[in-house]
Amino acid sequence: MIPWILFFSLSFLTFSILATIYRLIKGPTASERVMALDALGIYLISGVAIFSILLKSRAFFEIILLIGILSFVGTIALARFLERGAVFERNQSD
Amino acid sequence: MKRPNDVILRTVTKVAVVIILTFSIHLFISGHHYPGGGFIGGLAFTAAITLLFLVYGIDTIRKNISVDFKAVAAIGVLISVLTGVGGMMAGKPFLNQTSGPVDLPLLGDTMLATAVLFDVGVALAVIGTALTIIMSIGDDH
Repeated sequence: MIPWILFFSLSFLTFSILATIYRLIKGPTASERVMALDALGIYLISGVAIFSILLKSRAFFEIILLIGILSFVGTIALARFLERGAVFERNQSD
Repeated sequence: MKRPNDVILRTVTKVAVVIILTFSIHLFISGHHYPGGGFIGGLAFTAAITLLFLVYGIDTIRKNISVDFKAVAAIGVLISVLTGVGGMMAGKPFLNQTSGPVDLPLLGDTMLATAVLFDVGVALAVIGTALTIIMSIGDDH
């Protein structure tokens, strides 16, 4: 029973990733693309987690943490680029 | 120009950078028997420094970490090549590695491998190259 539920959720995650990729390519402005990238990271994390439950393995947990870190840094960089037009600040006072 | 209000970002970064650096060292150490190694450990380290660059600005971090990252990359490649040549000194092939139990003073009987030295070089090369790329991209307007 449990493996069927996991396969079912994995297939739905695949559909979600496809829909997110459509939004990533199509998105009218850059804000939609940033949101789509952030959501794509979350879908990847949940896919890896479900996969590790399915395989009864703990070897993939570091991948989850690494995708989380990279998604966090990337989202901050893109948000800063959208807000101020430059990724790195110059001449900050403090 | 009005100063942006990013106190949440600054506070989160102070905690998150410590976690990311610890995780990068864990990835580096676990590379002999488990997933990980010098390359991905160096990339996680680079992610932490990039987060510091993003939040506090390049100039502030460059003032506090005054290391030339091009030299770091060169030293890393040099260490990797020298550990490769070290096997040839003993009449073994290039990049030959060995490991064995060593009796350390405090840790007792510990398994040590010479591949760790090669991985230190790989990690330094990755850190230096990635940070040089990021800083030269971030510098131009």
